[in-house]
Amino acid sequence: MKLKNYILVCGGTGCESSKADDIYRSFMKELKDQKVDGEAQVIKTGCFGFCEKGPIVKVLPDDSFYVHVKAEDAKEIVAEHIIKGRQVSRLLYKKSDEKIHTKIEDIDFYQKQVRVVLRNCGFIDPENINEYIARDGYLALEKALFEMKPDDVIKELEISGLRGRGGAGFPTWRKWSFSKGVPGDQKFIVCNADEGDPGAYMDRSTLEGDPHSVLEAMTIAGHTVGANRGFIYIRAEYPLAIHRLEIAIGQAKENGLLGDDILGSGFNFDIEIRLGAGAFVCGEETALLASIEGKRGMPVPRPPFPAVKGLWGKPTVINNVETWANIPVIIMKGGAWFAKIGTEKSKGTKVFALTGKIKNSGLIEVPMGITLREIIYEIGGGVPNGKKFKAVQTGGPSGGVITADYLDTPIDFDNLAKLGSIMGSGGMIVMDEDDCMVDVTKFYLEFTVDESCGKCSPCRVGGRQLYNHLEKITNGEGTEEDIRKMRLIGKAMQKASLCALGQTAPNPVISTLQYFESEYMAHIKERRCPAGKCKKMLRYSIVPEKCKGCGLCAKKCPAGCIKGEIKKPYVIDSVACVKCGACEEACKFKAVVKN
Amino acid sequence: MAKLTLADLKKLRDDKKREIEKRDVEGKTTRIIIGMGTCGIAAGAKEAFDAFLDEIDALKLSDVAVTQTGCMGLCHVEPTAEVIVPGMPEIIYGHVKADIAKRIVNEHIVKRELVSGYVFDKPAADILK
Repeated sequence: MKLKNYILVCGGTGCESSKADDIYRSFMKELKDQKVDGEAQVIKTGCFGFCEKGPIVKVLPDDSFYVHVKAEDAKEIVAEHIIKGRQVSRLLYKKSDEKIHTKIEDIDFYQKQVRVVLRNCGFIDPENINEYIARDGYLALEKALFEMKPDDVIKELEISGLRGRGGAGFPTWRKWSFSKGVPGDQKFIVCNADEGDPGAYMDRSTLEGDPHSVLEAMTIAGHTVGANRGFIYIRAEYPLAIHRLEIAIGQAKENGLLGDDILGSGFNFDIEIRLGAGAFVCGEETALLASIEGKRGMPVPRPPFPAVKGLWGKPTVINNVETWANIPVIIMKGGAWFAKIGTEKSKGTKVFALTGKIKNSGLIEVPMGITLREIIYEIGGGVPNGKKFKAVQTGGPSGGVITADYLDTPIDFDNLAKLGSIMGSGGMIVMDEDDCMVDVTKFYLEFTVDESCGKCSPCRVGGRQLYNHLEKITNGEGTEEDIRKMRLIGKAMQKASLCALGQTAPNPVISTLQYFESEYMAHIKERRCPAGKCKKMLRYSIVPEKCKGCGLCAKKCPAGCIKGEIKKPYVIDSVACVKCGACEEACKFKAVVKN
Repeated sequence: MAKLTLADLKKLRDDKKREIEKRDVEGKTTRIIIGMGTCGIAAGAKEAFDAFLDEIDALKLSDVAVTQTGCMGLCHVEPTAEVIVPGMPEIIYGHVKADIAKRIVNEHIVKRELVSGYVFDKPAADILK
């Protein structure tokens, strides 16, 4: 019989680490064993986005969405679904209300999403160039090479209003036109894939799921500005993305879509991969370029901007992965089409990695202008375990927090900046009442202190000082003077640091001080951590009225610091207590309390 | 593989597009759902399925999705196929052999005329439950 079904197995890093590869092989084997290997094709794709439910298997065109699939489930899916046409309902996606979703389009996680960047991610086999071509791949390159002049391409980008997705939001067309305008025999195109914000994986997933979109866009840029060489700078911790990029570059070369005389146009363009060693500062463009040159990854002052004087002193267009992935669509469908999506000043969509205290964590792409409420409650499904939403952190270590009061703000570059956060590259970490804002801020400062390259003192020394003050506060030794000093240091760092790493490192401090000053004050004045996170300040005690004297807590205590007599209230020796929380967990009467 | 010329690339894209479109559900307004229960398969549902796919291919129809379902409860007239075309009543056809499948595509989907003699009612609602 003819091919009638397509079994799509998610092959993103998330699902791969949950044995998606075994699932893939198990399907191949079952189709053979049950003698229907001609009826269904198994395809390993990029990330579907709904990582919370992984590993995921889609069966098309039946529109079935199987979640938490194990390799041994392949047998049943083949026997029931592929042979008999009956969906395996126990594996279909269910919302908490236990309503089974038999169609992908009904799943609320996908309802509000608009997929431009992730248009092919989770649909095509990223290791097969033909699948990309079938989805209008390299059509934009055709247009750019044969139908449009370089100025037309830049004009289209200008009309589209596309702004850099790496975080700063600089208009992409302006970068390109700067580079184009500089005379020079040698120019370069660079893709910044040095994604480093904690909890962010937009770029990784894009490269894993649709590597050709980036290659095509870079080639278009090369033709537009007059460059013949491109580099993709990607961190070595992304082995799967690197592997798929290598395959994609190889296939593009074989097919004459990279290399000399592309499609007979006379235009030559080549792309090489450069691996980063995982230094966060190398995401900063001048540090990144230094690293490609083989130097230590340290930023240099701008101007001159890389567009004018970049790699080896030559004009260099450097854009982030997500920015690149937007470009073929803009050239194909026109800038005006793109400009219809989004807000007045922020056009198009944005990919976010939604993580933290959220029910549906995963990778989402939403139109600019969507509210945080829609993202967190409609797409994300809200905060799990009945906890209260506290804040959402955007922009990673360079960003800030947004509180419940601002959930209805339409998200775009400018609105987030007004709230004291930034769009950043797209990490979005949801926090609930159990998260201590001082502790979270300390985490981010620890990160930036670690990642500071040490070249300029505001960042090197300032970051360390901020961290020390935060540590003092979380240890229960803080004073109001610490707050005053943190504000001063923060301002100095913002003004005097050499690059964006140092300039934005105090943002988490400044932002949490703005919205959660009372929480800092509780640490300082009451020596109390309202969320119960800061261990040094934690005091466990037993409420005598509630204690039945069962002695279970004393049995569980690893420090042996709970004493008492059976049937009489027990007491915790707070000096010897190691604050592990075992007693609280053990107590059946909720007699053990924090603080 | 040899380097592609512009014409090669266009041709490759057109060929592969037809393949990959079969996978996609988006933008497909017409649906053919074939009953693939044991009764359906025994009566020739697989041959009917192939005939549907062939005819859709031959006519280059891009907005038709062919999917399968379990037994529809009309075992006495298998193979069965439900055809959903926007603006037309949802019809269940019975005795869908390969030649009837071809006719359904040509008459029902292209010309929007029912293939009389093969239309069967949906089973009563309580049976469907």
